[in-house]
Amino acid sequence: MPVTLAEKIIAAHARVDAVVPGQIVVADVDVAIAQDGTGPLAIQQIRELGGGVAAPVVVFFIDHTAPAPRSELANAQATIRAFCRESGATLSDIEMGVCHQRVAESYAKPGDLIIGADSHTCTAGGLGAFATGMGSTDVAVGMTSGKTWLRVPETFRVEVTGAFAPGVSAKDLMLTLIGLLGADGATYKALEFGGSAVAALLVHERLTLANMAVEAGAKAGLFASDEVTKGFLREMGRESDWRPLAADAGAAYERTIAFDTGAIVPMVAAPHTVDNIFAAADKAGTRVDQVSIGTCTNGRLEDLRAAAAILEGRRRAPHTRLIVTPASQAIARAAAREGLLEVFIDAGATVTNPGCGSCFGVHQGILADGEVCVSTANRNFKGRMGNPAAFIYLASPATAAASAVAGEIVDPRQLLPAP
Amino acid sequence: MGVLRGTAWTFGDDVSTDHIAPGRLLHLRSDLSELAKHVMEDADPSFAAAMSRGDFIVGGRNFGLGSSREHAPRIIKIAGVGAVLAQSFARIFFRNAINVGLPLLQCDTSGIDQGDELEVDLESGDVRNVTKDSVVRFVPLPPVMVKILADGGLVGHIKKHGGFDLPEG
Ligand code: SF4
Repeated sequence: MPVTLAEKIIAAHARVDAVVPGQIVVADVDVAIAQDGTGPLAIQQIRELGGGVAAPVVVFFIDHTAPAPRSELANAQATIRAFCRESGATLSDIEMGVCHQRVAESYAKPGDLIIGADSHTCTAGGLGAFATGMGSTDVAVGMTSGKTWLRVPETFRVEVTGAFAPGVSAKDLMLTLIGLLGADGATYKALEFGGSAVAALLVHERLTLANMAVEAGAKAGLFASDEVTKGFLREMGRESDWRPLAADAGAAYERTIAFDTGAIVPMVAAPHTVDNIFAAADKAGTRVDQVSIGTCTNGRLEDLRAAAAILEGRRRAPHTRLIVTPASQAIARAAAREGLLEVFIDAGATVTNPGCGSCFGVHQGILADGEVCVSTANRNFKGRMGNPAAFIYLASPATAAASAVAGEIVDPRQLLPAP
Repeated sequence: MGVLRGTAWTFGDDVSTDHIAPGRLLHLRSDLSELAKHVMEDADPSFAAAMSRGDFIVGGRNFGLGSSREHAPRIIKIAGVGAVLAQSFARIFFRNAINVGLPLLQCDTSGIDQGDELEVDLESGDVRNVTKDSVVRFVPLPPVMVKILADGGLVGHIKKHGGFDLPEG
């Protein structure tokens, strides 16, 4: 029987010939991760289970509040470092960057089954892995036993054709899709992306789409593994991790949603839910106090290039703070080499160390009461950036950069450099 | 299992784990009883101080969406909430709640208002609204969740069986 990507990967890890949606399976875990917010509780549970780490790849990332902004968090991070030393788990310390970007750069392989104590673990689906977020206890069990239980999800196929217009990017497509599905429209489902436009998408765009699958409630976002995937892994120095992987022709999908990317325009998600979607042009004129560019959604090199293309030779509006946070050390290094960081600094930006930055609301850009932020992150929930009295709009790097220049939300196509 | 009694606190649709356990209070995660004093703070700042043990949190659609932080269901439980009732739950929150032993009841919550007195019979599956003199039924938990709950959560399940021992359906 022809199967979807999710069914193919789960069956292989459950060591059975085939699985059907709704079935409960126990599956082998290839990669299990946690971060500084969820790691200490996972460690406590591993100790409770009397175990060490057994999954092939176990990594703890210190990225959410890095470097530590207060003593309680420094202590939590010390717990993680000590556990990694004694258990042999891999530590990705404060200088390395956001877990999901680091997983894509160094750990995820096409066909892997990945679990993480972070809801955006689904990002690795951009490389053809079945990757899903869970809580600390589930991940602790996965780390210590090398296994997890899963309900095989039904799959929604997102069939994408056409090409993006200038100034429009994967983020705009994903915001449009979430607006259409709703924040719970894909709960328990796998979102499988395919179609002629997807074959042309580069890995950084695939990662952006897979990253936000959870914002529609989905368990995973999945892409085939193809020549583009191979090219990315080659760049990361691990071409040997590549293998081809695709859904079978004729696989059964619960629902198919078709998109022509050519019809997509720059979008924003308005406060306080990710499915509260508008064209950026419809929110034009909204005064902006802070712009944050970065995160596991849009802190990659290509995102920084898109922002820099708009910021080059311009400055932020006097009343608009601009914070740029590369997603990883490798990205920060490349951005420095290309002169992007200088463009940002010249434009009046505060460039921070790689990591989650202001996304999570603990440090590096908490908003004041009543302030409005345009962020390239994936969530705009009330209180998300540290203050429930503030307002967050989600947008692409181009829209965010253009809004920093204008001091208000704008459609970035007005500020695009001449082709 | 038995009958739970308490007062309803209503919260509407799309209550995220950021509302339940705000990220800005990350430093309290090493002290969950302290964090529990802030439970639901970004949805209703007065809730934690005003609720009584055994009261119910009543949501609409997609309760618990967002971050995977297991601290969210843990502090709901530590605060003494008897159960969370909602039209639907987000996936990770659902799993986390069962793993830590917090009962979640999926039912039609549209007829429940703030302050209604509820009686939940975990065995029969009835949610009786004493104030309104009406009854709705909740959707039974899937067998896999029943098993994990009965074993005292996921760690209890693994310890008891020396690994996973779950029904397939
Ligand atoms: S960048 Fe934001 S969404 Fe991504 S892992 Fe960090 S806190 Fe989570």
